[in-house]
Amino acid sequence: MRRGLASLGVPLLAALLLSAALSTAAPFGAPAFAVTPQERLADPVLEARARAISQTLRCLVCQNESIDESSADLAHDIRVLLRQRLLAGDTDAQAVQYIVARYGQFVLLRTPVEPATYVLWYGPGALLLAAGLSAVIWLRRRPGADAPASVPPLTDAEQQRLDHLLRDTDP
Amino acid sequence: MIIEAGHYALILALFVALAQSILPLVGAARANVGWMAVGRSAALTQFALIATAMAALMYAYITSDFTVVNVIQNSHTDKPLLYQITGVWGNHEGSMVLWVFMLSLCGALVALFCDNLPAELRARVLSVQGMIGVGFLLFILLTSDPFLRAFPPPPNGEGLNPVLQDPGLAFHPPFLYLGYVGFSVSFSFAVAALIEGRVDPAWARWVRPWALASWCALTIGIAMGSWWAYYTLGWGGWWYWDPVENASFMPWLIGTALIHSSIVVEKRDTLKSWTVLLAILTFALSLVGTFLVRSGVLTSVHAFASDPRRGVFILLLLVVVIGGSLALYAVRAPNLKGGGLFAPISREGALVLNNVLLVCGCATVFLGTLYPLFLDAVGGPKLSVGFPFFDSTFAPMMVPLLLAMGAGPLLAWKRGDLAGALQRLWATFAVALVVAAGGLVATQGARVLSVLGIALAAWVFTGAAVEWAERVRLFRGGIGETWRRAINLPRAAYGMTLAHMGVAVTVAGISASSFAVENIQLVRVGGDLPIGGYVLRLAGVDKMPGPNYVADDASIEIRRDGALVATVHPERRFFPLQQQTTSMTAIRTNLLADLYVALGDRDANGAWTIRAYWKPLVPWIWLGAVIMACGGMISLSDRRWRVGVAARARGRMLAQQRLQPASGD
Amino acid sequence: MRKAFYLLPLLAFLTLITWFGLALRPDHDPEILPSALIDKPAPVFDLATLGGGPNLALSALKGQVVLVNFFASWCAPCRVEHPILMRLAAQDHVALYGIDYKDRPEDAKRILAQLGDPYHAVGLDPDGTTGIDFGVYGVPETYVIDKTGQIRKRFVGPLTEQALQQELLPLLKSLNAS
Repeated sequence: MRRGLASLGVPLLAALLLSAALSTAAPFGAPAFAVTPQERLADPVLEARARAISQTLRCLVCQNESIDESSADLAHDIRVLLRQRLLAGDTDAQAVQYIVARYGQFVLLRTPVEPATYVLWYGPGALLLAAGLSAVIWLRRRPGADAPASVPPLTDAEQQRLDHLLRDTDP
Repeated sequence: MIIEAGHYALILALFVALAQSILPLVGAARANVGWMAVGRSAALTQFALIATAMAALMYAYITSDFTVVNVIQNSHTDKPLLYQITGVWGNHEGSMVLWVFMLSLCGALVALFCDNLPAELRARVLSVQGMIGVGFLLFILLTSDPFLRAFPPPPNGEGLNPVLQDPGLAFHPPFLYLGYVGFSVSFSFAVAALIEGRVDPAWARWVRPWALASWCALTIGIAMGSWWAYYTLGWGGWWYWDPVENASFMPWLIGTALIHSSIVVEKRDTLKSWTVLLAILTFALSLVGTFLVRSGVLTSVHAFASDPRRGVFILLLLVVVIGGSLALYAVRAPNLKGGGLFAPISREGALVLNNVLLVCGCATVFLGTLYPLFLDAVGGPKLSVGFPFFDSTFAPMMVPLLLAMGAGPLLAWKRGDLAGALQRLWATFAVALVVAAGGLVATQGARVLSVLGIALAAWVFTGAAVEWAERVRLFRGGIGETWRRAINLPRAAYGMTLAHMGVAVTVAGISASSFAVENIQLVRVGGDLPIGGYVLRLAGVDKMPGPNYVADDASIEIRRDGALVATVHPERRFFPLQQQTTSMTAIRTNLLADLYVALGDRDANGAWTIRAYWKPLVPWIWLGAVIMACGGMISLSDRRWRVGVAARARGRMLAQQRLQPASGD
Repeated sequence: MRKAFYLLPLLAFLTLITWFGLALRPDHDPEILPSALIDKPAPVFDLATLGGGPNLALSALKGQVVLVNFFASWCAPCRVEHPILMRLAAQDHVALYGIDYKDRPEDAKRILAQLGDPYHAVGLDPDGTTGIDFGVYGVPETYVIDKTGQIRKRFVGPLTEQALQQELLPLLKSLNAS
């Protein structure tokens, strides 16, 4: 059934897609659009912590949205849960760990740096280095990119004319 | 009858494409003029046939013909006419028809406008286009036929997803596909050049307009998609590094590299095999993007239905098209002899730097997008890669690119004088420093990275302006000379200046994202919400029926210093057919900042959640993209691209000479 | 040597294709999140039951292989899998318990009366806390819990005939034997 509904799809608000797939009608609990005033904690420091952490937790039914942004019911539930944990005295790390213990590492938007992800995190830098080096080596390996000795130097007038031509006919 | 005609048209188009693939290619190898000419007529016929198919499908939608399965799945009689039409491509099958429509359009344009190409080259280009057409038409006819029928027809259809019933999103696919498919032409040119074994500056001059036009279309398509997300999703997000967003961004990055490196081929006859590779890779990325979206290997908000058969077919298509062209590259590219030499510090050198950074940036996006897939496929843990990764890896790569953009155009070809160029950029340095200092003071050192981003944007913008000023000898040669030079500057020069300025504007808009201010409150009717120097008052919320929805329409008055500035109407629309709610945010912009208002739920006490944001410089993100595209289009109108002009003028002259009696008679 | 460089793009591409091919394997669904609790003790729960009577608690379920099925009256795919659950219950391979997720008890009673009740007991989780403890991210989800109270497998989405025959029943057999 879920697949059948998915086949209607093209760009979708994923939260709405999956909510629709999971429930033919939601007469109560219409999607709440992201953080609602009712969810907010009274203590501004705790609330700020909650918002900051929420932005690093993935909404599992929306792909690529954080729970802070998402309007899905599950996102709402986890936002509330997070605030409960902070109220109970958890540190940021403990609150996050509580959620990761239940939903797995996939819930972390910031991919952890571990052996399985070394290629991911260090790959781009390594690639840039390799590409840069290749370009430099290629530039240096070509024969006589600097002054070819057999050609007589240009006179001043010729050089001026050349500069004029080169600068004025370019895109 | 019309549906059958459309279906047959597609089948015929397949056979025409087959002919277009084989005959001109063989003709070029055997110097058979007749067979080479088949390319032209086949391309035009193919376009006519696919246009017919497209028209037939549109007709089915407009008349709500529910004997067609595709119409049942995606349409409904209550749907407004605009979305009846644009809904044609709002689903997998219809969008594939749009794809081949664009492909055949490009083929037809090549056939019509490339008369000045050598016959063999044109024949080979059209042949490769034909081969791509064969692949996609087979794909459609075998796995994604939009003309499948259902009897008896149901009384009504399942409707178009409410989220797609929006003008911005309705037109986003055509631009995007024009971009993706347009790069097939530069791909065809690259493959044709490899078959011929020759890449020369003339080749680059023919390829560049196609690459540029595709780039413009892709820029607009991506910008539209991003802008749609911004005004629809309710909190002002506009880029998620979603796999399908990345799938459009990657060809754009390589396409940008292609445009720049083809300049080097044209001017200096070097970087040839590299440019050919870029042309192949750009289209390859378009195809990989198609694969990602339609095969089900990646989950994405954008993904079409996953059907393993389709996935396998596209994979085979990838192997044949890309594997084939890369194999050809491996064999033939070593024979392409380079020409011009240049010093590392030169305009060519700067363009090499441009290419290195763009390609590495693209590889980074590629890695981030596909890493979860790679790990998962080999049984590793399920991880997610999100914006923290891209912010730490992609963004820093763009910084040296933006810096180089200011200085690069000032370097001379072959051997540039970096010190001299930097000296001439003193004004640019000064402006960037002033902006940075001003920004740091204004934000009290709170958001250093954003301020630096804006300073970088100022650097690029002023650098482009300074380069133009240099060329027209502003303040140095007198008004007359400046005016004369400005008039005579080739349009491509203005195109570059404008496009680079567009990049600066977009970068400024992106950097300013962190300056946004948010206020989310429960507000009763008559209540106030302050935001960004304005006060919003909820005047009332009315129920308004629409053609296929019921909306809660809020009237919100925006006041500044007590005076009424505007009244906006954010809405929440409920579509009873699909049981879905979408939000229509209200955005009031003065092009310098957006006041963004969205309506949330009503609570038990009758108070409404209002989310208000003040976002400075955010409209510049899309404004910049439009400026970039304009720059590209101005560049396209440069008369030097009309290579045929010189040939035709010479032809006319020769003809006239023949007609006139010789002077000696 | 230089010519070898020109082969690099092709080789990189072929590697990529291999990976894509692996990802297209039919038994492999990228949408499904693996449970974080596999081979870990099931979360403790003690819920009021539908129809009164003693609470449904994890402790009471130890010593036997159980299936815990999260469902709701508002969940359409749950209806799709319902006949399979009824069959499972009838064949008595395993003790099937239900948890009614974010639902009203009267609605749950109604659909069980309508479609049949395959469960030994149904726990009520009106605010979804037990669901969060299990890592539920949608309904229906079915958890296989072994005799020592450890979660062995999770099925996301409606149980299909294929999943039943090829994965669930063999697993139950091996767990019952141990």
